[in-house]
Amino acid sequence: MMYLLIVAGLLVCAIQAVRSARLLSSALWLAGASALTALFMYLLGAPEVAVIELSVGAGLVTVLFVFAINIAGEEEGLSGSPLPAPLTIALILIVVVSIGWLALPALNIELPMLIPMNLSSILWGSRAIDVLLQIVLIFAGTLGMLGMLGESKPAKPHHKEAQE
Amino acid sequence: MNLSPSMLAVIAILGLLGVGFYALLASRNLIKVIVGLQILVKGSMLAFVLAGRLVGNVTLGQSLALTVIVVDTIVAVIGLAISVQIRRHFGTLDVKALTTLRR
Repeated sequence: MMYLLIVAGLLVCAIQAVRSARLLSSALWLAGASALTALFMYLLGAPEVAVIELSVGAGLVTVLFVFAINIAGEEEGLSGSPLPAPLTIALILIVVVSIGWLALPALNIELPMLIPMNLSSILWGSRAIDVLLQIVLIFAGTLGMLGMLGESKPAKPHHKEAQE
Repeated sequence: MNLSPSMLAVIAILGLLGVGFYALLASRNLIKVIVGLQILVKGSMLAFVLAGRLVGNVTLGQSLALTVIVVDTIVAVIGLAISVQIRRHFGTLDVKALTTLRR
């Protein structure tokens, strides 16, 4: 019953995040979806990643969205789809049905007992290169964001100085 | 009807993927597109954890989901920064207005 409530809440939050007219409420619905995803992952036996998703997905990303919406501002009148509606629905159905077809064998499996394992041993033992790449990626992302959010300076007229 | 947790998880994953794809295809607002991308990635993250749980090695699923969280956050950061710059330069967040590369 609890799983059912979480799934229903998750889907409602996701749909509201997409349907909501105001960007700010859209970001808040997204935070709700993030929190429910974290709860679901905790119940599936993944507490470490659930905590990270809760702090990063529902916390940091929401703050970033609110920050960006504050700078960019709300914009009215952006309704309507760039693609024709039948094409959109057909594409979504194709994707969802094909992934659902792949996931069919998982539907009837009962969840096996959890074997306690150490996450850090997997991260730093089997996937050490991935972790190092992630660290590089975080630095690259931060530098990229700083470069793009900074105010662009007006270009100096070099050619005039050269002529003089 | 008694739904097992794995069945409910698959329903949640498919629902999130569908809603995320809809937002990617049908939104004209750039920030809404990034919201859709976030929803899509939440579905894939849940799928990683469920797959790890089903094969009995949830820790591997967790580590993959952790990678997805990191990459997803960076994509959101860069996407939002690009959106802010587009708003500054073009004055709009409309996807249809970004046609300067079109001849």
